[in-house]
Amino acid sequence: MRVSVVGGGPSGLYLAILLRKTGHDVTVVERNAPDATFGWGVVFSEETLGALRDADYPTYLEITDSFARWTSIDIRYRDRVLRSSGHTFSAIRRTHLLDILQRRARALGASLTFHQEASDVDGDLVVAADGANSGLRKRFDFGSSSTPQGCKYVWFGTDLVLDAFTFVFRETEHGLFQVHAYPFDEHTSTWIVETTEQTWRRAGLDTMSEEDSMAFCQSLFAPELGEHRLMSNKSVWLDFPLVRNTHWHHGNVVLIGDAAHTAHFSIGSGTKLAMEDAIALANALERYPSAVEHALVDYELERQPVVERFQQAAGDSAAYFGRVAGYLGLAPIQFAANLLTRSGRISHANLMQRDPRFVRVLDAWFAASAAGTALAPGAVAPPPMFAPLRLGGTTVRNRVVRSAPDLAEAARAGAGLVLTGFVATAQDGRTTPDCPVADDSWAPVVKDVHDTGALIGMRLGHAGRRGATRPTGGVDVPLTDGWPLLSASPLPYTPSSAVPAEMTEADMARVRDDFVAAAERARAAGFDALELDLADGYLLASFLSPLTNRRADVHGAEPLRFPLSVVDAVRAVWPGLLVARLTVTDWAPGGLSVDQGITHARALAGHGVDLVHVRAGHTTATTRPEYRRGYLTTLSDRVRNEAGVPTLVGGYLTTPDEVNTVIAAGRADLCLFDPPPNPLEEVAT
Amino acid sequence: VSHVKVGVGLPNTIPGISGELLVEWARRADAGPFSTLGVLDRLVYDSIEPFAALSAAAAVTSRIGLATNIAIGPLRSPAMLAKHARSVDALSGGRFTLGLGVGARKDDYAAAGAEHRKRGATLSAQLAYLRGQLDESGIGPARPVELLVGGSSGAALARMARYADGYAHGGGPPRAFGSAANRARAAWQDLERPGEPKLWGQGYVAFGDVDRGNAYLLDYYAFTGPFAEKIAAGNLTSARAVRDFVRGYEAEGCDELILYPTVASLDDLDRLAEAVS
Repeated sequence: MRVSVVGGGPSGLYLAILLRKTGHDVTVVERNAPDATFGWGVVFSEETLGALRDADYPTYLEITDSFARWTSIDIRYRDRVLRSSGHTFSAIRRTHLLDILQRRARALGASLTFHQEASDVDGDLVVAADGANSGLRKRFDFGSSSTPQGCKYVWFGTDLVLDAFTFVFRETEHGLFQVHAYPFDEHTSTWIVETTEQTWRRAGLDTMSEEDSMAFCQSLFAPELGEHRLMSNKSVWLDFPLVRNTHWHHGNVVLIGDAAHTAHFSIGSGTKLAMEDAIALANALERYPSAVEHALVDYELERQPVVERFQQAAGDSAAYFGRVAGYLGLAPIQFAANLLTRSGRISHANLMQRDPRFVRVLDAWFAASAAGTALAPGAVAPPPMFAPLRLGGTTVRNRVVRSAPDLAEAARAGAGLVLTGFVATAQDGRTTPDCPVADDSWAPVVKDVHDTGALIGMRLGHAGRRGATRPTGGVDVPLTDGWPLLSASPLPYTPSSAVPAEMTEADMARVRDDFVAAAERARAAGFDALELDLADGYLLASFLSPLTNRRADVHGAEPLRFPLSVVDAVRAVWPGLLVARLTVTDWAPGGLSVDQGITHARALAGHGVDLVHVRAGHTTATTRPEYRRGYLTTLSDRVRNEAGVPTLVGGYLTTPDEVNTVIAAGRADLCLFDPPPNPLEEVAT
Repeated sequence: VSHVKVGVGLPNTIPGISGELLVEWARRADAGPFSTLGVLDRLVYDSIEPFAALSAAAAVTSRIGLATNIAIGPLRSPAMLAKHARSVDALSGGRFTLGLGVGARKDDYAAAGAEHRKRGATLSAQLAYLRGQLDESGIGPARPVELLVGGSSGAALARMARYADGYAHGGGPPRAFGSAANRARAAWQDLERPGEPKLWGQGYVAFGDVDRGNAYLLDYYAFTGPFAEKIAAGNLTSARAVRDFVRGYEAEGCDELILYPTVASLDDLDRLAEAVS
């Protein structure tokens, strides 16, 4: 088969090597010089090295001979250095990698041409390996998109030879700058400087020359660089392009490497993914030697899910560095835990495996901090989900919150706090005819839970426009003959829902009184916590979103006015833990943004709320959630760290490890964790 | 340990299918190891209407479940949809499951005079009707029908969790099903539904004439462009591939897996029965 590869980067050259070994005719055309490259070193993981060893041993040997290897990550934060070990990385100078690949490709008989534009390529297979800005890709419809992702960044080299992957966080009058740096040979390290566009503009970097901007960075990181110097290689400030393609081949033209996909540099996987693409494509062609189309489908099916996972992680990592300035209040060890677990690819358990010493200190620090004591040298502690939480004058015995029909059973199953389901303030605030109300019947339930040592909270709300629905067979299906509904504005929840009445001041006074009366009954019943429901489109939430509050009166101008008056009135009679279940974003066009949600959380905390239970969506029935494991965690993280208020988060957390990771990294203080029964439990004893 | 039930598709969307073959297919499936007979839905195609196909199947079967997996809800008025569903359920003595989705083809909408742009909202309104007003509509026979909803977006999963008893996945390798199943469970928890959603999966098979099966898939899914090739690449063409697929789905917590033929061959049906028993 005749194969034309456009682009002489790592993916194109490596593919040429692999295809020559199976006897194909391979031509590589590269527009630039053989040693032209942007950037400095590239990183590989152990896993990638294994794949390279199996695919072509000679290049593997040569690559590993000139590798810089290290196992530590240094985090320079608040003039301290936190070192985490057990992470295996290796890196190589990019030009050296290209040289190795070029020599090997030539030795195997591939034809390499440089300084040549790929004008009319042909062949049985045409490979677009010409990078994120692929010219060949533009000639066909691959469903391509390329959008800027994350912060502004600039890629320098330095003659400071590091012995660890190094993050530096430097606060300036303009804002925070961070460095991602790692060694790649015996003389040089990569030194990437990154900052938000806002800070970048404030520092005047948008108008600075290349020399001035390098001088700026040189002086900014003088404490770390010392007498060493930064080096430029076309080092200008860039936006990272997030490249995606809905399909990766068109006829006999196939995309590999950055032409097919990119992954933000902060997870260091671009070259790894590119070379793995080459391996997968070569394998697919070997599997279907006489059917190129089949092979290309096979390649795509193999690689797309892998790449999607990396792009998800890379997106999370890029977003983390965009908001990292908000974490500067975290204690150094927690800041480090948050940083190391930013992309979701490393959890508390993974860290425990890689660096048990780090995790011992993290867990011990967490327990000491939770108890308000000093960290004793050599201390050991259970993982974070088992650390007590002191909050609002009470102590929750651990970080697990459950909400199950049988609360005493949930408490016996290990929860620190159990929450009732939705309890209505009064009859007219019920969701369904079966919805419990805050009457005098709750004391026995409270006693049963207290007997287990857990705390119990009542989730108290008024259903608003989501009231008077059928109790079974779905949610929000209206009763044929329901009771009158109330909301901020007269808008039905679904097209088939009843239209609520716009609340009058008299309605507000009555509902507020109902909340107070219910709180007093909850207090009399012995509840430890009271969770006011300001979420999911229920009555109080309807005031907080522009989608549901269309009022022309003062409550339109001040959406928090009525909800806060309820919080104040309840706080006055409720001495225990006060929780607000709060929608922090509507996940709907024109709805509440996360920033507004954080403002609301801050306001609630200012009015005596001890804990925010972070919710999102359901303000309207046309909400667009992005479901996945832990889909509310980032929102909780932002509320906790930007509003400075303790949080409770659910969002489909399914394992103790997920809970430990969320809690240890300071993304929430409590987690809703309701594992379903497992058949193993029946045979476990 | 979860045990996935395995159903088989009726070849109602394979062009040229005869009534005789369809009915014989249903008879053999009923006598075989399958839990359910599933049907697909397509308007602008040489295919048999799903409720008509299931009515025919109901007449010659006594045990096997019958399911639309899925029917394109918005092509039909809510009342007619309910009438069809309740009729098939009554004809089969309560063996029917109604799976609904928005489908993926604009020409089906154009032909039916339904608005493609509003398909999500229309499906939601239909589901609200099926769960609510239908009870007082006088449209009989009055029977509770199990409801599944398909779709992969967050909005679709929220719709599923709001109104349905379970989720109908659109097909793919077990790993893709597992990821969708997790999102369906997350939606279920998000809407505070008790327990877990029923999870239905699907796959395609061809044993004898694999090329013909693949050609059918490429034609049936031609409107998806290059994606059709990936669907065809997932066609299960050996007993071992089928068993691996079933085990994969079982491991991901699938409750019911429907395997659809891509060639209307009774021989393939027999081989599938052998592969899954």
